[in-house]
Amino acid sequence: MIDTLRLTAESAKELVRAKEISGDELFAAYLDAIGERDPELHCFLHVCEASPGDGIPIAIKDVIGTKGVPTTAGSKILEGYVPVYDATVAARCKEHGLRLLGKTNTDEFAMGSSTENSAYGPSHNPWDPTRVPGGSGGGSAAAVSAGLAPWALGSDTGGSIKQPSALCGNVGLRPTYGTVSRFGVVAFASSLDQVGPVAKTVRDCAYLYSVISGRDENDSTTVEVPPVEIPESADLRGVRIGVPRELNEAEGIEPGVTAAVSAAIEQLAALGAEVDECSLPRSVEYGLACYYLIAPAEASSNLARYDGVRYGLRSEGADFREMVMNTRHDGLGDEPKRRIMLGTYALSSGYYDAYYGTAQKVRTVIKREHDAVFEGFDALVCPTSPTVAFPLGARADNPLAMYLSDLLTIPSCVAGLPGLNVPCGLSDGLPVGLQLIGPQFSENTLFRVGHALEQALAFDYVPARYRR
Amino acid sequence: MAGISRDEVLHVARLARLELTDDEVAKFQEQLSAILAAVSKVAELDLADVPPTAHPLELANAWAEDEPRPCLPLGDVFANAPAREGDYFKVPPA
Repeated sequence: MIDTLRLTAESAKELVRAKEISGDELFAAYLDAIGERDPELHCFLHVCEASPGDGIPIAIKDVIGTKGVPTTAGSKILEGYVPVYDATVAARCKEHGLRLLGKTNTDEFAMGSSTENSAYGPSHNPWDPTRVPGGSGGGSAAAVSAGLAPWALGSDTGGSIKQPSALCGNVGLRPTYGTVSRFGVVAFASSLDQVGPVAKTVRDCAYLYSVISGRDENDSTTVEVPPVEIPESADLRGVRIGVPRELNEAEGIEPGVTAAVSAAIEQLAALGAEVDECSLPRSVEYGLACYYLIAPAEASSNLARYDGVRYGLRSEGADFREMVMNTRHDGLGDEPKRRIMLGTYALSSGYYDAYYGTAQKVRTVIKREHDAVFEGFDALVCPTSPTVAFPLGARADNPLAMYLSDLLTIPSCVAGLPGLNVPCGLSDGLPVGLQLIGPQFSENTLFRVGHALEQALAFDYVPARYRR
Repeated sequence: MAGISRDEVLHVARLARLELTDDEVAKFQEQLSAILAAVSKVAELDLADVPPTAHPLELANAWAEDEPRPCLPLGDVFANAPAREGDYFKVPPA
């Protein structure tokens, strides 16, 4: 009996290598788990049949193009769309022998923090199915925590990997901007979008990052990446860790979240790290406003391609313009419509300088503020999400309240920095996530700190209600 | 600067090629006004000497050799097309 709830990708690989189980038995075990638990959780929009090989299975967020396998980005406008080529990250997984289990649910075009904006219905949190798994990559995060996949790919624009990992109690990396190719990935906000891994352990996360990262000639924003080091040490001597006051004391952080994160910070010091306070005043105060101008502006441009001409939904119309307008009305949900209009407004004549131009300058301020702090620290630590998983529907009718879910993940995203979520405890029986932020290309440091902390805290990533 | 009028909602929707029902216009007017009020916070900072950041990496132009390569076969190009006529995407008259 393969216990997919507990099995890490690393252990699975070892079991297959030692011929204790076959690749097909492993794949079938995940399909069984999906059959058992996904009717309740709705992590998957599409489940695949077993492909040949002995490789480890993987789930991929449905914004990532997969040749011959439907890719909807959680939108009706792409219902039935079947890519004719693989995204580079999907191709790299395939070349590595990983076998696609299926495509995971997401807020429409990755716009949201709960998966409630998916046109195909929300996913549910494996720790408590009345609550959201976070978003936009809630399907990937919930699938990993519920043992429906050993690991998964997500995408992160303002927190869509880190925040769901926090709410579901697993490890998620938003890599440095430019380290992972976006070729073949449905574009949301191109100066922010990054693909990254979700896993049960930091070591699995680091390994999957090593599979997908590195320069891709099909994405001119990618660069060569330092060799990935799979972390081993539990010793943090010599690592300088900053605790930014504003990111740890922001309004709206639940006391239970603060308690778990504070205890983890004490643990970091006990492991030998030098821990000290620091400050990022303008990043936190202005980050959200900056992000909600830049991301919608870029989205309004990227989503202009959904016009009913070359692929996707087409609605009727008396002439070309009417066909396009009807297609976009019928095919896009409220959140993409809101962001398209907000972005179009921020880019329109007369408002460009006041909104988009100003936001780009604020972005410089945020980037410089982080650069200055990293002169004294190797990594920063704070909560990933101000709250634990919230009930379905709690923020669905108030876009601004939903946007605040990403208050603590957004500033470093705007600055192009990597961030790692590591589970650090429970509050009211729900996971609390700790966010580690580093300077550009510092993934190895984040893995080292995350791994040491994970070993020390020994967080049980199997949701309590599934434990046997 | 905060607050967006009904006419502005309609203007922006036209620019973005979005058909909206009357109910949607009213809902988006209210929601976009609230969001614009929140994001207008960026105007508080003194940014006189601050250059804009369009992109977080300081990348110069990424050049590639201009070498011909095969493109997608036409069968793939049209595989997801809502309507096709010969080797063209078919659309209603402009």
